[in-house]
Amino acid sequence: MTPGFVVRRIGFYVLVAVVLAFFAVPMLWLASAPFDARPGLGLRWPDWTWSNVTATFQHPFALTSLLNSLVLCGIATVVTTAFAALAAYSLSRVRIPGRDLLLYLLLLLSSVVTGTAAMVPIFVLMLQLGLINSQFGTALVIASGMLPAAIFILKDFVDAVPRSYEESARVFGASPAQVLGHVVLPIARPGIATILVWSFVNAWGNFLLPFLLLRDVGKQPAAVLLRTLNDEGGSANLTVIPVFSLLYSIPVVALYLLVSKRYGFRFHGGIKS
Amino acid sequence: MRAADSDVAGLGATRAIAFVAPALLLIGVFLVFPALWTLYIGITNYQLTGPAAAQPRVVGLDNFVSALNDALFLNSVGLTALFVFGSAVIGQNVLGFVLAWLLRRVRPSLRRTVEAFVLLAWILPGPVVAYLWFAVLSRDGGTFGLLLNDPATAWLVEYPMVSLIVFNIWRGTAFSMLLYTSALAAVPPTQLETARLVGASGWQTVRDVVFPHIRGHVLTNTLLISLWTANDFTPFLLTAGGPNHRSEVLPVLIYRQALESGQLGYASAMSLLLLVGNLVIALVYLRLLRRRA
Repeated sequence: MTPGFVVRRIGFYVLVAVVLAFFAVPMLWLASAPFDARPGLGLRWPDWTWSNVTATFQHPFALTSLLNSLVLCGIATVVTTAFAALAAYSLSRVRIPGRDLLLYLLLLLSSVVTGTAAMVPIFVLMLQLGLINSQFGTALVIASGMLPAAIFILKDFVDAVPRSYEESARVFGASPAQVLGHVVLPIARPGIATILVWSFVNAWGNFLLPFLLLRDVGKQPAAVLLRTLNDEGGSANLTVIPVFSLLYSIPVVALYLLVSKRYGFRFHGGIKS
Repeated sequence: MRAADSDVAGLGATRAIAFVAPALLLIGVFLVFPALWTLYIGITNYQLTGPAAAQPRVVGLDNFVSALNDALFLNSVGLTALFVFGSAVIGQNVLGFVLAWLLRRVRPSLRRTVEAFVLLAWILPGPVVAYLWFAVLSRDGGTFGLLLNDPATAWLVEYPMVSLIVFNIWRGTAFSMLLYTSALAAVPPTQLETARLVGASGWQTVRDVVFPHIRGHVLTNTLLISLWTANDFTPFLLTAGGPNHRSEVLPVLIYRQALESGQLGYASAMSLLLLVGNLVIALVYLRLLRRRA
């Protein structure tokens, strides 16, 4: 080993360590502050306690908002997955007039019309429809934003399913409904699971749309309540915010671990899964 | 009719259209209609409250003319360009590639650890990561201040744009890392070996051997992360555009004009710029995809 090699090796590991620290340090607070008897903004070894957890559970809106998140994301996820599955199957197997143009426009829409770029008309639309403060309405808006990409990801999955399965079932006299229920659905299950997780994670972290459309604090999901808690300021909130952030992050991290364990971390047209 | 299109389940065109209809209905109402409506609201003086709320008047191109003469709007366009260029085009792109390049050669356990943290930064909910960075960068006890032994500096207030750029690099590098990791796997190992044998330095290898293979990926990656960064609303959670408009990127400006000042027509005219920018990037991106297919 030449000295130059040793220096390069050390430099290499120092670089990796610096990058690792850059990514890890901001997150470690999420593991320490929730259980610290005197939580602060900085990272430090905690004086272990459960009292912050108890305080968070007693907060008037903390658990409600997590429940609201569940309702909001549940509706958005189910609508996205069901509608995308139907559309993806049909677009994969049947040549509807204008299909290619439709697919091109969907791909374009999925990246061009973001919630940010369209926040004004979406807000005005919901205001005029009287759907401000409607969780169902907000869930539909979130679902529409995810639908074009979801259709695309699912269509990729369905395209990969061999047509011979359906053909055989047809030969043996299965009706279209039976083919869908007993042949297509079971094979498409990994794709559907991917879309379920993907849309849930996206909806769970969506801040802008619920922030725009749900102005009533009793209806706000966790994403919006976290900001409200922070805006109120004061040291009292340092007992609630860390635990709340942790509770709010757990579902996403758990789903991520589940997916990467079962299917490996996969890439779908540049979309996190 | 290609085999790929044969209607194997026997759905028939009518049922097929009925299957697509619910999705298209939602997309039409909440995505296509708002996008087109932006054009109309943008040429009116529509406001959230007051007389112009009940009876908006068409004012033609007035909103666009005032936007182009509005120092706040021009400031915001410049900041957005800086944000996209600094955090996505340079920051995420370079760090993502460096990570993918470095992690090829390390022990699997170390590699998995680094990747896990980088990915975690990407998948945690936006409001949580915004708060984490708010904590890191705040004065009187923030971790960054403690590390530098400088607890008096409020980083988000004194260096708002630098803070946002560093934050967004942290937040989004995972995507570039994943993309470049899979791109690097496609570079022929024999060429890398040859480069090593002729004594090429790391930089020469990257420039002359690796880059020609991944040029398409670099372009794809840059387009996508630029689009996402330009449309990112998380800066609102960190600085809300402040202090004194110094970090007011376009999404934040649109929100403040529309919801805080109530100038819906004017904000809509500004949104149009973002929509057109997205459209241009998306069209280039789709062209690239087609050429490769």
